[in-house]
Amino acid sequence: MKYLISLVAGIVLGAAAFFMLLYYNPFMAQNKLSPLSVTDNELISLEYSTVAANSLIYTNDGESQIAPYPAKVLQLWERSVSQTSALATVLKNSRNQTVGIGIKFSSDSESTRILNGEVIVDSVWHIYLPARGSLFIEQQENYWGYLRDIVIPAYRSSGDNWRGIWNGNTTSGPGALGTATVVGGSGKFEGLQTEGVEALTAKAYSVDRGPVAIDGNITIEMPQPEAEATPGP
Amino acid sequence: MLKTFIAGCLLGIVVAGAGLYFTPAVDQFREQSMIVVHPNQGNTELFHVNVPKDRIMIGAPSRSSPVPAGLKWPDDEQFADTRAELFKIRNGKDAVVGVASRIAASHEDYGDVIEWVFHLPARGSAYVRVHPEPAEGGYRIGELTWGTREFAAMEGAISERWIADVSGSEDASAGRIEIIAAFVGQAVDEE
Repeated sequence: MKYLISLVAGIVLGAAAFFMLLYYNPFMAQNKLSPLSVTDNELISLEYSTVAANSLIYTNDGESQIAPYPAKVLQLWERSVSQTSALATVLKNSRNQTVGIGIKFSSDSESTRILNGEVIVDSVWHIYLPARGSLFIEQQENYWGYLRDIVIPAYRSSGDNWRGIWNGNTTSGPGALGTATVVGGSGKFEGLQTEGVEALTAKAYSVDRGPVAIDGNITIEMPQPEAEATPGP
Repeated sequence: MLKTFIAGCLLGIVVAGAGLYFTPAVDQFREQSMIVVHPNQGNTELFHVNVPKDRIMIGAPSRSSPVPAGLKWPDDEQFADTRAELFKIRNGKDAVVGVASRIAASHEDYGDVIEWVFHLPARGSAYVRVHPEPAEGGYRIGELTWGTREFAAMEGAISERWIADVSGSEDASAGRIEIIAAFVGQAVDEE
């Protein structure tokens, strides 16, 4: 009997040690430096709030931690969309001026590999900026750092919340440097194909309500028009 | 007993690792794709939106009854000619297979814009630009501008049209938006 107890205690301790190693593994840190920070090209910055109550609408399966907003919005309860959320929000520039409307669809990805620190969400943005045109953004986002640094500490906190300052890029692909693919649709963006990065700045999170003060930022690189060849002397 | 405990520890590490490795963390439910192959005309896939049942949002200025109730559409002059809608989309068997956004806008510099983004969680997303002028039969034709995952290696077109419900039954919807997608794989140069 004592051997059995010893074996079971060992298994529990071994499994706990494994998860602790996974959780504290420094090699699975979130990328906090944007790949676009070294570019010489013009950058478009679009900001929004991830708090559902600050959006135009936010909807999911209705049973997730973040409640749909407004309360009477249609919920995505069908099996094929139950792991998907939809957000429509006003987008602002870096001077806090409203510049457009953004719609984001996010779905849990089957390429999630927790063992590798990859909590992947497949997401797309449909963006319309009246003064400039429309854009489509395709990206894979990795929420491992967000879960590890914000959500799990909130659950471990006696007050069921997290407060602090956390910055991190969520975009992890499909670009080789962890960038999103940005495609222009109309207006000045027509024919555009470039890269972008989405990042979060978190200040407060609640176990009951989800994000309390978390802002999102989409940075899009605008390629410079190629210089015209000048004739030689 | 110490050896048993150490063996248990190792076993616990292996079991936890194997469990995470072999158990899928996410398994998206897939509805059957309803693709129809036409004789000598490629293949098409039919989607539709039941209106108003599948409408998640209509964002447009000065609507007396916003959808959803409580929506506060920005009262900003720059959105005066912008209409953004969100829908659930269904396949030919009337099963919900994804969500979609449709943006229609008019701008004095670059004209009318109509665009769709279809997001099918188990398959991928498609970004489609639609020609604003309707074709014969009330259709509008659009082109696949960009696709992700299953739609990444595809090209093709869609048609959209409004079909009003004329059944007259009390529980009938107002109508439906019919979307026919004709996507095919891009030709690949084998050299």
